[in-house]
Amino acid sequence: MSDATINHGGTGPRNAASVPAGPGVKEAGFGDYVALLKPRVMSLVVFTALVGLLVAPVGVHPFVGMSAILFIALGAGASGALNMWWDADIDAVMKRTQGRPVPAGLVEPGEALAVGLALSGIAVVMLALASNLLAAGLLAFTIFFYAVVYSMWLKRSTPQNIVIGGAAGAFPPMIGWAVATGGVGIESLLMFAIIFMWTPPHFWALALFMKEDYHKAGVPMLTVTHGRPATRTHILVYTVLLVPFAIGAGFTSIGGPVYLALSAMLNLGFLIGAWRIWRRDEAMAEADGYRVEKQVFRFSLYYLFLHFAAFLVEAALRSPAGGV
Amino acid sequence: MSFRTEHEIHRRRFGRNLGVGLTLVAFIAIVFGLTVVKVTNVGPIQGFDHVVRPELMPAEEGGN
Repeated sequence: MSDATINHGGTGPRNAASVPAGPGVKEAGFGDYVALLKPRVMSLVVFTALVGLLVAPVGVHPFVGMSAILFIALGAGASGALNMWWDADIDAVMKRTQGRPVPAGLVEPGEALAVGLALSGIAVVMLALASNLLAAGLLAFTIFFYAVVYSMWLKRSTPQNIVIGGAAGAFPPMIGWAVATGGVGIESLLMFAIIFMWTPPHFWALALFMKEDYHKAGVPMLTVTHGRPATRTHILVYTVLLVPFAIGAGFTSIGGPVYLALSAMLNLGFLIGAWRIWRRDEAMAEADGYRVEKQVFRFSLYYLFLHFAAFLVEAALRSPAGGV
Repeated sequence: MSFRTEHEIHRRRFGRNLGVGLTLVAFIAIVFGLTVVKVTNVGPIQGFDHVVRPELMPAEEGGN
């Protein structure tokens, strides 16, 4: 936004009524600043961080827990704003991201940077005050990893961007666990590993049927640099590597029979999907409009959500009120 | 008597200011709530310096 878009005084050549109204007006509303924070990504962060907090063996005061989740979400949103500041040029090229506030001209890049930096500081300091220094340190590292390591460095330089950058999305349950326990455990590391290993097949399935976007933007996605058959192989390999982490979590203190039964079914489904993607070639995919790739992408969303929901169910069953 | 014509931009700016205002109020409420929770759950301290006072601990029963 800019004050140049409107003249407040009555003495200038333009008064407010002369400024064109409607969709052409480049004046950001509050919602545009909220959109900078990538609310959809924040919802996943809130959910996984909440699970990490609730399944931990140590309880926290509900108000402290709620505040901690809020500041974790704020930190994730801040890193989203920093990402939008840095990636404004490629966001403007890709159809999926053209409507974001910066490429749409609603928010100036400098404002996105200021919002990102200010909220990062507030989120980390407030999380330290609300919970502990380890949780705040992990949040600060997550923001740094997403904004600097992923957005500024890896995204435009290597086709492994999704693999390493996926770590940023994997930290929230670890932070939630650290809020409750003040430490890191095998359980929180496995929750990290599940999201970390899940991210590549999830995004590569998306990249297979959103190929034009990444290609136009010049982002070195695996589909662009190594070709689509190699991407299909990578999806299968990473899905196979994901399985032991997902099943293994069921044998720790946060798992149990409900989790194991659900995880076995979900992993079988994901493996079959990855196998079907691997067996196909481009001609088959083009012929049915990437039906299998789209199915696996959708399934992967349920896969992650249901795994973390199962952790919650196990925690509820373990609690004094939920046990038998 | 109206001095200025209401415009779409004014409406958006009002919405933005209202959003920032409500966010700040919510932030103050959270800081206040956290302060209350921390102070009331921290155990045997005296309010003026937040230093643990052993004499405020409940007396141990029995012992040798």
